Amino acid sequence: MSSVREQPAGGAAARVLSEAMIEEIRGYFPRYPTRQAVTLPALHVVNRELRHVPLQAVVEVAELLELAPAQVQDTLTFYGFFKQDAPHGRTRAWVCRSISCALLGGDDLLRHMCRRAGIQPGQTTPDGKLTLEFAECLGACEAAPCMLAGDTLHKNLTTHKADQFLDGLP
Amino acid sequence: MPDVGATEPVLLALVGRPDSHTRAVYEQAGGYQALRRAVGELAPENVRELVKSSGLRGRGGAGFPTGLKWTFLPQDHPGPIYFCLNADESEPGTFNNRILMEDDPHQVLEGLILSCYATRATTAYIYMRYEYPLAWQRMQAAVDECYAAGYLGRNVLGSQFSLDVYLHRGAAAYICGEETGLIESLEGKRAWPRIKPPFPAVEGLFHKPTVVNNIETVACVKHIVDRGADWFRSIGVPPDPNNPRDPGSFGPKLYCLSGHVERPGCYEAPLGITVRQLIDQFGGGIRGGRRAKAAIPGGISMGLLTADELDCPLDFAGPGRYGCLGLGTAAVVVMDETVSMIDFLENSCQFFEHESCGQCTPCREGTSWALKMMRRIKAGRGRLIDLDLLLEIADSIGIMPGTTICGLADGAAWPIKNAIRKFRGEFEEYIRRTNPQGCHETAPVPALDLVALH
Repeated sequence: MSSVREQPAGGAAARVLSEAMIEEIRGYFPRYPTRQAVTLPALHVVNRELRHVPLQAVVEVAELLELAPAQVQDTLTFYGFFKQDAPHGRTRAWVCRSISCALLGGDDLLRHMCRRAGIQPGQTTPDGKLTLEFAECLGACEAAPCMLAGDTLHKNLTTHKADQFLDGLP
Repeated sequence: MPDVGATEPVLLALVGRPDSHTRAVYEQAGGYQALRRAVGELAPENVRELVKSSGLRGRGGAGFPTGLKWTFLPQDHPGPIYFCLNADESEPGTFNNRILMEDDPHQVLEGLILSCYATRATTAYIYMRYEYPLAWQRMQAAVDECYAAGYLGRNVLGSQFSLDVYLHRGAAAYICGEETGLIESLEGKRAWPRIKPPFPAVEGLFHKPTVVNNIETVACVKHIVDRGADWFRSIGVPPDPNNPRDPGSFGPKLYCLSGHVERPGCYEAPLGITVRQLIDQFGGGIRGGRRAKAAIPGGISMGLLTADELDCPLDFAGPGRYGCLGLGTAAVVVMDETVSMIDFLENSCQFFEHESCGQCTPCREGTSWALKMMRRIKAGRGRLIDLDLLLEIADSIGIMPGTTICGLADGAAWPIKNAIRKFRGEFEEYIRRTNPQGCHETAPVPALDLVALH
């Protein structure tokens, strides 16, 4: 992780938001009458760059938005989306488990992929390539079962296609 | 019953054509003429009146009359008035908004701009669920094209009307589709729905008057301005003469069809076609020549129809007459004879347990215990008395019994009520067969350890 720098002498936490990230977050300010409304956009910027939102980032986002860190943390933890302990894998994939996919084998696919990758839902492979999660309805029920991997929707997934996906991970 | 074959697709007219997401293709098909005409010839109140007289009802799930919702905005408010376009589509089985945003984003935007013109909103936020990356790209590109063309920004098409549109991305929470949950989330807080009143039209986003409408709803507004209220009222189902409170179900509707059918997909048809028509005439029948066992009429929250109830008409009043919660999102999920209702109900309970926002105790605890009980039943440790306990939970959570702030709990309750009341024999048989020793137990039993996917 290049973004997490060494702890400086004196114990103050190293800054984790880059100038570019701060600039991008500030770019959202004119869109909303309150700074707090920039919370989710800011968390998405941080998460895209760091693949997680560590507590130090929460503190820095709160400074930018003139909020208490607890307010940002409160919002962040409401959504099961932002990891805080460690970055997610280079690819983050969500396999749908809701009804239309479940009727066509979605649960079996997730189990199969977890077994192949050697992880449980929510975990990241030791090589850092993949974080595998379940999703509630991905809104692609006409192509069930489906999976969203990064920005790519995988439709009509089969175990064969899932294996190809796993074997081709960068 | 409407003739399914008689209506040319309007909402889906461009879907499937090459480059249908671009402004060029949209304008070749007559796009933005309605906006030009409205801004040039119609006052905002004329557009409001047009939408009101069309009888358009919200397509997001609740079916509230759109024009009426707009009239709740205060008159002569100094502003700003906000417009939230609800693109948080997350109801299991539902994907019509995704199709519109991916394949015809300009239709959505023209409808949005017209709706903002009608309601005098000057800022619109499109709240889109995180899981729609292609829709996000297409909508952002379309917004950029609109600014370049003078359809957005200061003085739209040279008029006094100005409008800014911003996309706002969610973070994977079903509750953000509830209109006040959406507002809270947009404000940067946890998406806990608000107690109403005050309704958003009076005090909504940033404490200002706010309209929240669904993607398909504003797409309909575009066509109403294009073709007139009479055209819209010529499609669908007129009000029930025996029910003075029924405003009717007018207009075309996008139906999402998935599950065990030959050709799942998003289909456009008049409001009021039956589930059977949708399955047979659009979906090519049940997969593999099997028989239907059950169908969800409008997203999982709406409950279940049995195979004997597939003549249920899909208008706003239809599913309610079959014991379902309503039309919802008109997303039909078909289950064939191989599906276990125990599996179905466990899946439904799992969804709502995961998506309950936790604010109201009856919903948070009710959905959690319903899932624990369903998992115990499925694991062969069910008791017959559990079915009554599940019904007790289902009958006591939600807006209808008056125990929760929003309707999520009603949506959690309906699949339980319908599944157990309509398929009780199957549940009892399963419990007796898998737990012959303990099925008559009535003393408390421990919950199973939740070792499954969490």
